[in-house]
Amino acid sequence: MELKQQHIFDLELKANSIRQEIIKTLLEAASGHSAGPLGMADIFAAFYFHILTHDPKNPEWDKRDRLLLSNGHICPVRYAAMALAGYFPLEELKTLRKINSRLQGHPHRTALGGLETTSGPLGEGLGQAVGMALAAKMNKENHFIYCLTSDGEHQEGSTWEAAMMAGKYRLNNLIQVIDYNNIQIDGNVEDVMPLEPFKAKYDAFNWHTIEVDGNNIRAIIDAVEQAKSIHDKPIILIAHTIPGKGVSFMENNYTWHGKPPSAQEAEKALEELKITEQKIKEEFHA
Amino acid sequence: MLNPHLKLNEKVFDADAEQKPTRDGFGKGIVALGEKDENVVVLTADLSESTRCDEFEKKFPERFFDVGVAEQDMATVAAGLGVSGKTAFISSYATFSPGRNWEPLRTTVVYNNSNVKIAGHHSGIMTGPDGATHQATEDIAITRCWPDIQILVPCDAIEAKKATMYSGSFYGPAYLRFSRDKTPLITTDETPFDPKKIQTFWVTDAPVATIFATGYMLSYALLAAKELEEENIHVLVANVAVIKPIDEETIQKLAKETGAFVTVEDHQVMGGMGSAIAEVTAKHCPTPIEFIGLQDTFAESGKPAELIEKYHMGKSAIKEAVKKVVKRK
Repeated sequence: MELKQQHIFDLELKANSIRQEIIKTLLEAASGHSAGPLGMADIFAAFYFHILTHDPKNPEWDKRDRLLLSNGHICPVRYAAMALAGYFPLEELKTLRKINSRLQGHPHRTALGGLETTSGPLGEGLGQAVGMALAAKMNKENHFIYCLTSDGEHQEGSTWEAAMMAGKYRLNNLIQVIDYNNIQIDGNVEDVMPLEPFKAKYDAFNWHTIEVDGNNIRAIIDAVEQAKSIHDKPIILIAHTIPGKGVSFMENNYTWHGKPPSAQEAEKALEELKITEQKIKEEFHA
Repeated sequence: MLNPHLKLNEKVFDADAEQKPTRDGFGKGIVALGEKDENVVVLTADLSESTRCDEFEKKFPERFFDVGVAEQDMATVAAGLGVSGKTAFISSYATFSPGRNWEPLRTTVVYNNSNVKIAGHHSGIMTGPDGATHQATEDIAITRCWPDIQILVPCDAIEAKKATMYSGSFYGPAYLRFSRDKTPLITTDETPFDPKKIQTFWVTDAPVATIFATGYMLSYALLAAKELEEENIHVLVANVAVIKPIDEETIQKLAKETGAFVTVEDHQVMGGMGSAIAEVTAKHCPTPIEFIGLQDTFAESGKPAELIEKYHMGKSAIKEAVKKVVKRK
């Protein structure tokens, strides 16, 4: 089904709102990661406002699609998307990383409904996704298991253990989306410990591989649709994203991996994002 | 004498007393659970037969997953199954699980509160000829520090089946510890399994000390108690089948009653069952304790009985420890 351009504009506005909430949340928390969450805002907008079968008012609904965030450190983007989708009040975003909050610095399943896993330590999400996909098959349930991962965590052997197992059991209800932004804490992924040729690795592990521009919402939605039609293999969308996307001075700069903006930087970032918001709205009405 | 209320094996001291490895009880336990509940699943990391998953595998192939030599994957896949309506048992050698995969278990099973039961086999120097690489002697220490996990260490194959079945009766993480070699059957099918209580297996009038033993080491403790009685030294022997949550009430009661403890385990003395007892006594009822176990060293290859002697964990070491601790009262 061809998506109407108006709907895409709407999702782009959602992604923009997510980005603004990320900046505000990180400023308030005074710690946390900036680049990764901003880079993934388009993917989260696509998932929470188009792709997922879910019910924000009933986060444990058994027919929901499961969305796992393996690289838990980018949780500000997930929290922002969840708040905008109605899982909890936007106001609560201010509690991120603070005492007595449901919004832990790295996501904790039993603290907040709808998270699916406790995550942060890398290389552990894909295995849990495999377990959930096996359970869904055993229970003859039709929901999809979406597992968001990072490129850096593909340096963890455990990620490949899980990839091997998903291939063995031909888990076609498992769709992995890797945030391939080529940065990690110590520098560029290809310098620290290269992953290339990456697609060939997954092909060799018996996955169906799809490359996609992770900052193009229409392309993301189309790729997920294509992934859902694969019947004999697990699927990975290799989503090429720009870390820090939407804030010019953070884009493609690995030093923004693990730090929050200062008040001045946040102001500048929000200014840029508001200009983008205005542009989308103008296009929307054109 | 053996506690008459517990219907223990009266032949336990006979030379031809029946012996079985505790891992056999695990194998029978998971099959019995599997028959009762179709949501019971079992995973192993290339150790199906040796950790006694093979019968379950044959009976329920669709609920059995061999992940290959990949203990981290076994942990995380089980975590995913455990939050999806399954009761997932993961079965490997304890050095590898919960050893190798400690942090994935900590994050995705324990903190995440998934319904996963970790079966750690080949525990202790009892593992014998394989050598120290395969003798898990730190597994109690590294699991006991996790919040909200139950730790079960059955004393024989019969109790092992009961402990396994008990672990399937509640939602949440558990660690079960098993050993490789045949050891005497101390209990019978009729012996009540009480996950809340430390049971006194050897009773006597006017005891001067309590020996707390866990796992198959209980048989050595009973032998020591029996021989001490011949020397007119009267002790109690308590079976610590559940190390967490520990039965604080019984420990305090026995401290009052006997005033001196010996703890016996096939594990490092640091962080093991003895440490758990000491934490209770130090807090509530300071009591002299002698700790039998590995004394801050790795063991080596050898026959189990030889290793038990060399590392001072057998009957004579326990008797000496009792005499020593009584003098410290």
